[in-house]
Amino acid sequence: MIAILKYNAGNITSVQNAIERLGFDCVITDDKDELISADKVIFPGVGEASSAMKYLKERKLDLLIKNLKQPVLGICLGLQLMCEFSEEGDTDGMRIFNTKVKKYPAFDIVPHMGWNNLSNIKSNLLNGIQPLDDVYFVHSYYAEICENTTSVCHYILPFSASMQKDNFYATQFHPEKSADVGEQILLNFLNL
Amino acid sequence: MLKKRIIPCLDIKNGRTVKGVNFVELQDAGDPIELAKRYVLEGADELVLLDITASIEKRKNLVSLVCKVAKEISIPFTVGGGINSLEEAKEVIKAGADKVSINSAAVKNPVLIKEIADEFGSQCVVVAIDSKWVDGDWYVFVNGGRIQTQLKTLEWVKQVEVLGAGEILLTSMDHDGTKNGFALELTDLVCKKVKIPVIASGGAGNENHFYELFHTTHASAGLAASIFHYKEMTIPHLKEILKSLNIPIRCK
Repeated sequence: MIAILKYNAGNITSVQNAIERLGFDCVITDDKDELISADKVIFPGVGEASSAMKYLKERKLDLLIKNLKQPVLGICLGLQLMCEFSEEGDTDGMRIFNTKVKKYPAFDIVPHMGWNNLSNIKSNLLNGIQPLDDVYFVHSYYAEICENTTSVCHYILPFSASMQKDNFYATQFHPEKSADVGEQILLNFLNL
Repeated sequence: MLKKRIIPCLDIKNGRTVKGVNFVELQDAGDPIELAKRYVLEGADELVLLDITASIEKRKNLVSLVCKVAKEISIPFTVGGGINSLEEAKEVIKAGADKVSINSAAVKNPVLIKEIADEFGSQCVVVAIDSKWVDGDWYVFVNGGRIQTQLKTLEWVKQVEVLGAGEILLTSMDHDGTKNGFALELTDLVCKKVKIPVIASGGAGNENHFYELFHTTHASAGLAASIFHYKEMTIPHLKEILKSLNIPIRCK
């Protein structure tokens, strides 16, 4: 069973729909036993960092996620909350990835919204993905590149499009909204 | 590199896709779910669904249509048409829409933009603006283009950005349905006024119109309806041409 973490962030239905389109069963839950016993856990999210982190901390879900042993996939805000710190609401993160999340400088249109391609790809999560393949982004904060970075995207500046450390995987883009390229990435995760 | 987006728009009435010319004379253009699926396969970058049904049953039917579309398609989509309150926006977003588009309701109650942005984030809020050139300036029209307001388009776009809009869907009523090209000057003026993405709409008739749009303005996306529905122009062909002209575009 695939568990999708239920918390106060949007976009959770989209992830559920995408997983079900690929023929996998999933459940949206914040039940601790269900999360711990799931084959894989997805930590999605569109929302604001400090309120999301507050919600998770109040329910000790931040510690639960950090201690999971099965493959975990953070998406968008999920990725950002897995970092050390986010400038959005000066939020302390889960410190899974050794990097910080910063606000885009206002040189160009913000949010970074739309389809953009990846470079420096190195992760089994991205098996089959080519440097010219585009995925869908929508975010106003970005994670700096670090040793956990597994692909880079350029908008205003280069940033971590995906990261991995041990069993923790994360994408800044939305695989559930990235057509067939996104489906390939989700399948890679589901088949880990 | 961030790509320019090509967005087919589905105007929905009583559960069917329809298309009019200059906001009138509606014609049937098929089942919206089938059309949406076709566009995803063809490489559309996003979809917009605008419900123009005027009936009491409308909301219930719209929410159920949004649920069905969300289950079927794997790209972002925006839903608009008669969303007048935060509650109505919530219903549509919970049903699976990535963004809501508000038009007349934003003019009547600008705070609605902020309310939706505060609840779901700016990226969820598209403010649609129907604009028409009247006596030497661009004015905002509401109620499907039937009523002129005193708002000037270039002042209104700034206001909606400040209130928290994440995107502007700009339709030139003078160009809509004509197939003579986008309103380049208006689009350019609006893009220079705001720092949020602008989707240009109205007037696309051939591939070159999209090239002109992306070459001469900073529009992030181009939207069209009937030319795609009736296959006068296909998305793969359009994208190939734009790519060959060095417009950054996502090709499958």
